[in-house]
This record gives sequence, C-alpha cells and structure tokens, in this order.
Amino acid sequence: MCRIGSIKSKKPIPPSMALRLMLPQQEGHDNSGFAMVMQDLYGIFSAHKDKPLLSMACTQKGSRLVEDYMDAHNFSPVMELIPVPNKKPNLDIKAMPYYIFRVYDYPEDMTFQSEKQKEDLLLDTRLAIRKILSESGQGYVYSFWPDVLTLKEIGDPRDIATYFRLWEDDGTLTAKSIVAQCRQNTNYDIVRYAAHPFFLQGYTLCANGENTFYTKNKEFQKSLHRGYIGFESDSQCFLNTLHYVHHELKWPLPYYKHVITPLPFEEMEEREDKDVLTAIRESLAHLEINGPNTIIGVLPDGDMITCCDSKKLRPVVVGKDENMVVISSEVCGINEILPDRDETKDIYPNEREIVVIDGDLEVKRWKQ
Amino acid sequence: MEAVKTQDIGVNDLPWKIEYHAERCTMCGSCVAGCTFKAIKVEVQKKSMTHSEGSVPTPVHTHIAIPVIKQVASLTDFCRGCGMCEKVCPNNAIHPVRNPDSRKTLLSRDAGPIKRGGRTNLNAQRTLDSIIVGRISQMTDPSLDSARHTFDIRSPFGRVLSSKELPFEVVDGKLVQKGKTPPVQFIYPLIFSDMSIGALSTRAWEAVALAVGYLNEKCNIPIRMSSGEGGMPGNLLKSDYLKYFIIQIASGHFGWNRIIKAIPHMVTDPAGILIKIGQGAKPGDGGLLPSAKVAEHIQAIRGVPKATLSSPPNHQGLYSIEESVQKMHLSMNAAFGFRVPVAIKCAASSTSVSVYNNLLRDPYKICGGFFIDGIQGGTGAANEVSLDHTGHPVVSKIRDCYLAAVNQGLQGQIPLYGGGGIGMTGNAAADAFKMMCLGANGVFVGKILIQLLGCVGNEQGRCNACNTGKCPTGICTQDPRLVKRLDIDKGAQKIVDYVLAFDSELKKLMAPIGNSSLPIGRSDALVTTDKAISDKLGIQYAC
Repeated sequence: MCRIGSIKSKKPIPPSMALRLMLPQQEGHDNSGFAMVMQDLYGIFSAHKDKPLLSMACTQKGSRLVEDYMDAHNFSPVMELIPVPNKKPNLDIKAMPYYIFRVYDYPEDMTFQSEKQKEDLLLDTRLAIRKILSESGQGYVYSFWPDVLTLKEIGDPRDIATYFRLWEDDGTLTAKSIVAQCRQNTNYDIVRYAAHPFFLQGYTLCANGENTFYTKNKEFQKSLHRGYIGFESDSQCFLNTLHYVHHELKWPLPYYKHVITPLPFEEMEEREDKDVLTAIRESLAHLEINGPNTIIGVLPDGDMITCCDSKKLRPVVVGKDENMVVISSEVCGINEILPDRDETKDIYPNEREIVVIDGDLEVKRWKQ
Repeated sequence: MEAVKTQDIGVNDLPWKIEYHAERCTMCGSCVAGCTFKAIKVEVQKKSMTHSEGSVPTPVHTHIAIPVIKQVASLTDFCRGCGMCEKVCPNNAIHPVRNPDSRKTLLSRDAGPIKRGGRTNLNAQRTLDSIIVGRISQMTDPSLDSARHTFDIRSPFGRVLSSKELPFEVVDGKLVQKGKTPPVQFIYPLIFSDMSIGALSTRAWEAVALAVGYLNEKCNIPIRMSSGEGGMPGNLLKSDYLKYFIIQIASGHFGWNRIIKAIPHMVTDPAGILIKIGQGAKPGDGGLLPSAKVAEHIQAIRGVPKATLSSPPNHQGLYSIEESVQKMHLSMNAAFGFRVPVAIKCAASSTSVSVYNNLLRDPYKICGGFFIDGIQGGTGAANEVSLDHTGHPVVSKIRDCYLAAVNQGLQGQIPLYGGGGIGMTGNAAADAFKMMCLGANGVFVGKILIQLLGCVGNEQGRCNACNTGKCPTGICTQDPRLVKRLDIDKGAQKIVDYVLAFDSELKKLMAPIGNSSLPIGRSDALVTTDKAISDKLGIQYAC
C-alpha cells in the first residue's frame, strides 16, 4: 500500500523533511520509488514564482526535442536547475540521464491574455511535450506551471535522495508546500507517469488504495477534458475529478466529496439540499469512488486538503504545530518531524469530511 | 384387423405422450377434470382375455370393457406437458413424457402459422453463464461483508443531465438549483416487466402488484412494476400505490381511455410512463390478445368488444425517432406535468445502438430510459416463427449501447435497462449483476415472476400455452374456473421471498468486488471463459 504524506509550512522546508516524514512509514518492500511535488518555491527559484517551471526527466536527445519545441513556440528560458547527481556506487536508482527544471518566460503574445488562456497554453504545451517525449521514447515531463516542481524516480527513496543530493539541505531547493510518496507502482508495470503525486493546472494530488471504480472513472473522464490522459495509475482519476469539479464546473470544494463519495440515498433523502445532491449523484455517477482510498491534494490557491473513502478503509492523520501542518498515512511519520507537537490535537479525519489547511495553516473541517 | 392409415394423427406425432398406468388408476377422474387442454379423456377399452383355471387346458374366452384414461390424438387438443394430471393424481398413475419424435410443428402449419405463448424454444443460449465475477478483492483492497456493510442499491430512472447542464448557482459557498431538471427517480434495479391485465389473469396481476406493494411498504425495496398494455384497475389508478407503477402505453393504446379519465383523480404521480415500441419475444409484431382471453372484465378495462385484440406492430402515424421524441415523449411528459419520467422499450435489434444514439442526442432531454428486450423475453401470444426466429440477444446489445454512450461521454444520461431471459436459470441476481457490470442500470423481468406464481412453462417447449386462455395454473387465463387455481397471497409471498433473496445475492456479489454502490459499467469485474464473448464484450478472457 502506498503511504502518502504532505507538509505545509510557514517557513520554506527542504525535500529531506518530506523524506523524513515518509521513510518511517515503510512496510516491507514497499519503498520502491520517490515522487514529490513542491509548490510555493524558495531557494534558487524564489525570484521566478510567476513564470512557468518545466519539470522533466529525459535523454540528451529528448532535451533537444523539447528545446526545439519551446523555441518554436516562443517560450524563452530564464534559468534552470540541472542537478549534478551523486553517482555513488551501489545506489538503488533507475536514473534517467538528465533531470531538467527550467523556468521559462511566456511567449510575448501572451502578455495581455487572460489567466485562463495562460493556463490552457501551459497545459497544451505540457501535453505536446509529453507526446514528443513519449513517441520518441526520450523522457518524461511531469509539470509545467509557475512555482511548481516535480521529481519522480524509481528506486530506494534514500538512494534517490542521495543521488539528487537532497540530504545535503544546501538551500537550493526549498518550498512551503510538499506532497510526497515513496512507492513506485508495485501492482502493475513500473512506469514513471504512474507515480503520484500528479499535477494538472494548479492541482496536485496523491492517493493511496485501490480505485475499484477505475474503469468507470476512466471511461467517463476520457471525454471530459483533454488533460485527462495517461491513466497509468488508477489514482490519476482522483486528480481528474478534483480538477473537473473545482476547476471546470467551478463548484465549491465540499462538492468534490459529494461527487467521489456520495451520501447513501437514505441520508440524502433527509437533507435540505437533497435536490442538488441527488442531481450530482445522477450526473456524476461515473466519478464516484467506492474502494479504499485516502487523498491528499493541493489546490491552485495553495490550500492543502485531505479526505478518505466513505468507509474509512484507508486512514489518514493530520498533525500540526505553530509553523507546520503535516498530513500522513501513518502517525509515525508525523512523530518523526513534529515530535514535540501536541498529539491530542492530531486529527483523524472521518469518512464524511474534508480537512482543508489554508495559507495561515488554519485547519478547517468540512462535514459532508 | 385395422387398416394402416399413415396420415392419421397419432399420439406419437405430438410433442408429449401420456404415460398411464392403468393398474394404479383409481378412476377418480381428477386428471381429466384438471386437464385444461382436453388432451386426455376417459374411454372404455375393450379387452379380450383367454384364461384357463383347471389342471388341463380348459381355455375360456371372455370379453371385458374397462374404463381407461387415454391421450387424445389431436393437433388442437394436444398435451402441452404441463403435468397437471400428474400433480393431481393421488396414485402416480399418469404423467406426460417428452416425445423426441414429435411431428407437431410440421403438421400444424396447414391451419396457418402456429401461434403460442411463452418464450423462444430455440435460442435459449446463456451468454451470462460463461461470464464470471472474476475480479475479487484480495489484498489490494478489502472485500466487504455482505451481512455487515450497508449497500446502496438504487438506479436512476429518468433523463439525467450532464453535469455542465445542471442549473446550479453558487450562493454563499453552496450550490443552489435555480432551474428545472427532468424528473429522475432512484429505484431498485429490478423492474417487474410489463405483463398486462389480459395477458395475465386479474388474480395473477394482483399477486404481482401485491408483492410490489409489500416490497415497497414493508421491505424498503423501491421496486417498480410496469402495467403492461392493458390499463390498470380504476381504484389503483386513484390510490397512493400508483407511485409504484410504471404505466405502459403501446400501439393499441388499450386501457388509456380509463387512465386518462383517472388523471384528474390521481392522488399521486405514477413512477413513470413506458412507451412500448416493440418487445424481444416477437419483434416487429404488435401485441396480441386472443379473443379467448378477452373476458368481460377485460373488455371493461380496455373498453373493447370481445374480439382478438391486435396492437399494430408500430405506432400509427409515426415514422421516425425524432418524431417519436417530439410527439409521443413530449405529450406523455406533458400529460403528467413533466413530473414523471417517460421511457421507451424496444426489442433488441442490430439497430439498437442507432436508436440509443438518436435518443441520447435529442435536444429536449426527454427520454428517461431505454429498455432493451432480448429474444429470450416472453409473451402472452405470438407466432412461433417470431418467438424462435426473430429477435436479438440482449447481453451484447446492452454492452454495445453502453459503449456507444461511453464513446460520446454520454454514459448514464439515458438509463439502460435490459430484459429478456434474465433469471432464466433461476438466478436473476447473478444475471442482473453481470448486466450491470456490462453497462445496464438495471434489469426487467417478467417470466420469472409468473414462474414464481406457479407457471410451469420453460424454454424446452413445456406448456407455452399462454395464448389459449387455458393456462392450467390460472395465471394466463381469464376463465373464472381456472383463475381460482391461483392463490394470490401465496403467489405474492413467493415473489417477495424471491426478491429478498435477490437482494441478498446481489450484496453477495457486490461484497467480493469491494463495492457498496452498484457497479454500473464495471466491466473489469467480469471475466469470461469464452474467447468470442471476451472479444465481443471487451472483458477479460480467463481459462
């Protein structure tokens, strides 16, 4: 089972903090990879928060193909980070030749365009790059969005961190929001795109458990939005649904919970808003989830959320102190990075709520 | 000596032969009285015997005449194998035996096409039995406990809008519905199919209706029943129980005079309206109620004289789907103030996907359900050639329609209900579950209900005499003497018990795949041991 975790902090934190959150949660052989999405970046990216940052892993040829594409589409590179790896012998990592984190300036003709047009351009650009890299077999692109950095790799998370020098905490890479997970897919083919967290137009999400309505979700989502592609992991469906409900339909966040884990009909019947809830259940029946799952997500405004399935088959815990809120599958991870917190204030979200952590680290609990 | 007349009809030309044991017969006459088909008769048999009682042969020749039960050798009064004689005989002296050498279907045609009721006797293949629920929750996710967990077993009936069409506005962080949406009801995914008063005896119809009432009122199972084309009792139309009934309108409009007159007096809305275009047992044929079954009370409900009632094969004055939507659907919607879902039932056909696509694209968003009826459906009366040689299996057709909707992102907008052979082997829950995984929102059943009431017909040619008015179980007849054979309360109880078992079994199937909601379209839960079925339905092949 995937353990998932996230940290939202008032002060920038390094990725090693996320690793320290995740590693104690390892059970048996399940630490088979490392993936994280960092948002609200500091360190070397702090001066470029408003410009899109491309995160990819590729070959030299792949890098050239992407440069050609970006050139042809008038994106101009501003700065980049290409980690110099620590190639210590015997590291358990299936590394790609290059990892590129590059900040671009928008094409000039986008200057006076709306936010939506910019968002669409960034999505379409990422999809185009993904297509180029997939068809040529030369790499993977994970995100292309302002102030968002994604790293994914296969191997032992400790060794991956060594390889990328993440244990050195040199201040290069820090962020106020990190979502992480330490497993590659052990059930199906090992594909880098299958590792969560996933990112789409400002939405980050990771989820554990089995999406038993994967086929239904996937068949429905394929026709909802051009960005809903891949489906290498059944967890991608949770991100697509979050994006669809919140970004496309523009429904308030609590309705995400109503879509994925609708109330039983008998409970719905008792509610004042039964008409709305019933209509949602009718129209979005194919976005329901019905297995064991926990979800951790980040919204475009930076709010961090978590919720779980309607039977609480996959638990999650939220711990906090004055500077940091941590969400984790298991409390041992939180104990590692927040040993001095008041444990009595830990929240074990129930099956009918969404927990939302805003920019001031205020924790809100919305009952479905 | 008798001369051999080869063209005479003999009992060996008939589909069933009566095996009679004279030595066990008490001459009570129950079998003859109980045979509604007059297939057996009492006859005096001449016997000549020679016997000798002395120590040396002293032959004495005697003639005796004894009464016996004898099968009638007739192409009209022939044994249907219903077995009522056997059921009623106190001494096991008589029973019918299937005759593999029957020439009946060949010989009967000189009086025109053979008509009978029941079901297909030819295309009773069982695709669903080659499909297994093969995706079991084992370690990747937990199975549920069918006895401990709660399950949400409801399906939509009515036109579902896409999420972008919902008339919502955000007010103070909450969604508020600002406009009207088509009526949708969440019902139990098992619908009692349309068998009319007329096709069924009033007592049989009442037994089914009684079961519906009980299941709704006492068991919290929101099951719905379609009236069939033949109207409904006036008191029921004006009662609160109308909400459990889907009123059918077919091409003959039988019973609608009374229904329309009752509309101002209705205290609640019906569950829905079902427009019948065709049915799977006899696609391309209309309804048929032979005059033998048009008793006085049927004439009253339908407002007709005593005559064979033929509903035309198509709705008069209608020649396209668009027109049907614009006229029939709209007018039926309007009649009930747009508060009642209006669905349509068609015989499964190689053209079903075209019909479904067309309905999905209707701009009025007015079709509330697409009912597809497969060739294994039943009927009160039809030409045998229709029953056996026209129609389309329903399983792949439901799948085709569902996938057509998936390709357009319209799945779920017009709920799909499949029928025709569901529960043929007795386990409707397994059939329904598999149909739902393939894309049906639910199933409808008819034959199984009357079988629970006592019908003895089957796909191997037993009985299937629903058209004759001589139904030996009192279910498909209006003969007041015969209908008394049916115990209404006992019949209703059988149906209730069956549905309760169905409900438990459905949970038993949902639990191992880890779902508490219906797995509509969850084709990944199924595997098949037949490669051709795997290819056709797009489900995993397993061996």
